[in-house]
Amino acid sequence: MTPLHLAVALEGTGWHPASWREPEARPAALFDAGYWADQVREAEHGLLDLVTIEDGFAIQSSRPHQPDERTDQVRGRLDALLVAARVAPLTSHVGIVPTAVTTHTEPFHFSKGIATLDYVSTGRAGVRVRVSTRPDEAALVGRREIAREDAPELFDEAADWVEVVRRLWDSWEDDAEIRDAATGRFVDRDKLHYIDFEGRFFSVRGPSITPRPPQGQPLVAALAHRDYAYRLVARSCDLGFVTPQETADVAPILGEIRREQEAAGRAEEPLHVLGDVVVFLDESAEAARDRKGRMDTRLGRELVSDARIVVGTPAELADLLLEWQEAGLAGARLRPGSVDHDLAQITRGLVPELQRRGAFRTAYEADTLRGLFGLDRPADRYAA
Amino acid sequence: MPRKQIHLAAHFPGVNNTTVWSDPEAGSHIEFDSFLHFARTAEWARFDFLFLAEGLRLREQNGLIYDLDVVGRPDTFTILAALAAVTDRLGLAGTINSTFNEPYEVARQFASLDHLSAGRAAWNVVTSWDEFTGENFRRGGFLPQEKRYLRAKEFLAATWELFDSWRGDEIVADKETGEFWRPGGDFAIRSDQFDIHGRFPVPRSPQGRPVILQAGDSEEGREFAASGADAIFTRHGTLEAGQAFYADVKGRLAKYGRSPDDLKIMPAATFVLGDTEAEAQEKARHVRYQQVSPATAIKFLEQLWNRDLSDHDPDGPLPTVDPVVGENTISRGRASVRMYRDPIATANEWRELAEAKHLSTREVIIEVTGRQNFIGTPGRIAELLDEFVQADASDGFVLVPHITPGGLDEFADTVVPLLQERGVFRTEYEGTTLREHLGLKPAPTTAATDLGTAVAE
Repeated sequence: MTPLHLAVALEGTGWHPASWREPEARPAALFDAGYWADQVREAEHGLLDLVTIEDGFAIQSSRPHQPDERTDQVRGRLDALLVAARVAPLTSHVGIVPTAVTTHTEPFHFSKGIATLDYVSTGRAGVRVRVSTRPDEAALVGRREIAREDAPELFDEAADWVEVVRRLWDSWEDDAEIRDAATGRFVDRDKLHYIDFEGRFFSVRGPSITPRPPQGQPLVAALAHRDYAYRLVARSCDLGFVTPQETADVAPILGEIRREQEAAGRAEEPLHVLGDVVVFLDESAEAARDRKGRMDTRLGRELVSDARIVVGTPAELADLLLEWQEAGLAGARLRPGSVDHDLAQITRGLVPELQRRGAFRTAYEADTLRGLFGLDRPADRYAA
Repeated sequence: MPRKQIHLAAHFPGVNNTTVWSDPEAGSHIEFDSFLHFARTAEWARFDFLFLAEGLRLREQNGLIYDLDVVGRPDTFTILAALAAVTDRLGLAGTINSTFNEPYEVARQFASLDHLSAGRAAWNVVTSWDEFTGENFRRGGFLPQEKRYLRAKEFLAATWELFDSWRGDEIVADKETGEFWRPGGDFAIRSDQFDIHGRFPVPRSPQGRPVILQAGDSEEGREFAASGADAIFTRHGTLEAGQAFYADVKGRLAKYGRSPDDLKIMPAATFVLGDTEAEAQEKARHVRYQQVSPATAIKFLEQLWNRDLSDHDPDGPLPTVDPVVGENTISRGRASVRMYRDPIATANEWRELAEAKHLSTREVIIEVTGRQNFIGTPGRIAELLDEFVQADASDGFVLVPHITPGGLDEFADTVVPLLQERGVFRTEYEGTTLREHLGLKPAPTTAATDLGTAVAE
């Protein structure tokens, strides 16, 4: 059996808006480094492939286009790339994948940022790209107006953003630094490359100011729910996160992504697709239901999510994940309902369960994030 | 009267010829282990902060990427956040450009860094306008040169408004009552350069805002520093020049309602240590030859002459032709080429020097580009640094070692204990934040208004 790939999506105190009021929750620690270090260490303890660190350009809100005035939910967050860098030196195997909003950021800055994350984690960096379609997020920067109907174009722009980031990672060949005392040259400038990207939305000259990162190409990921987002995953990413509700949804989603891959001429490129699941896990299904029920009561309604919600035992979740694997997914990205409870249920409940079934690693088999996904270090596109 | 305390910062060796990469001791400039080594030495020696420079485009000369100096550096925010994980008290200062960034993003990143380092973040605000660097950015090189300082001031004022948009008591996180927060963070900023509004997402950080550093010797730079910076970098090598600068800048603080202690003056300083004076001098000479290779000498020559001199003999006399006057087209991405305001006059000074001392081209370059401030035994250097500070030529130094990553080790081992014996440098960190290390008062929350006044002038 091919082992599953497992990721955890870290978001505040958890994906349930009332999770911060749970007994184990530590909402006052959300802005301390130690809080994030604890979670990423726990993920590594469970031999997970990676953690994603959620981010939005604007502050959290229950309203689609503007800040809300709710006082009963977590508001405020730290920059995901900086959180990722802060925890990287404290871990040694787990992949670290912060979120980048492509719509309002400079690919040049993010390219060196993720490359540097790859250096400080010695080869465990990735980036999850996200598009912003919110007018209120555009107002934070004030350089462009955005309407929701621009979404397809913004996803095309995201593909250009990723292309620039990737070219910049390759803009230094691996052996560009020569330190040749005889000629006094530190670098061989023939191995530094202008990327000269010119697209519909922007142009970038290069080369990067940061040498090629340890992995060569850190992993690029995106969450996708529909056609133009599947296209971004197919054209630009190494990892896709998708949201089937039922097992029967898996095949059509994968079919669409594979068609887009073919259309983009990337049919032969490895692309791992993981299913997102919101999880509430306990030793008994009843305990999990009670816990989620308590949070729902505080929320004032039942939790709704774009992703499948599983409330039950680690064994029940294992059943579902293996069913999804059968249907074609490479694994799952789990969103803990209450992180201070459900993350440990994943690492200390689900993981041993999957190991018993021979469906998950019992030790890290690689030192890099690419390695955990069985990906080689790629050749530099500019190397002669 | 108690002796003034010295403030020390450590400049991670940069991408210019001060950094000697050809030395057998020289290690990687990009691997995290080098940054770790350097930061741990600085923290072990109780330095105030570590400093990182930044340049957003690789330098070019004669239309080609400049290949004689160290090339390549990490992303500033990312490396500082990682260093926060492996240090406890050391301040973490980075250079961030106000032209090729947006206030919302930079404020979000610095506030995050300040949280993640528990109050150790510092920002060296730089501004540039050149289209050359702009080619790396979707924004492009859109800024006219005359708006550099305007943008920098408005940028800084905007970030302060964002930092101050949270008072610091908003997060309640009361599980019983269900109150997580009392809404804050709202902002609306309209100026020549910015029109932004919304809600800032990062709660007030331990220092309120990062410590603000400023480098720049111009009239505008001095005024900018006096109005809002917490520390200023200078390049004044001599005691007299240092004292004049010190008096001038400190004298400007009162009109912004600030006291002389509110702005620390810290010149960049290189050093070469030896067991004897003679040995130190000999080592210093050796370093100078390492820093100015024959090829580097020609490149420096071209920067002043503003023409291709690749066929010139570095061991022969200076060129007989005169420099090309006008826009410097030979070198790009390098701030120092603007220093030559009258290239022909400078060339003539160099010729006179060469004649008087019988120097070759390379030897002239070694002489005129030398930035070796402190050469001597540890005891002599400790004495000189102390004298400099007690004589009000500075409040401390930004030390610039020439070897990565071990260039600070000897200074930490030998000079720092002597400064401690003199009672002019801490033996333990007294506080936890960088503001505390620098002896700065808590950040005023109304500062944005003060800077606004400075902008209006």
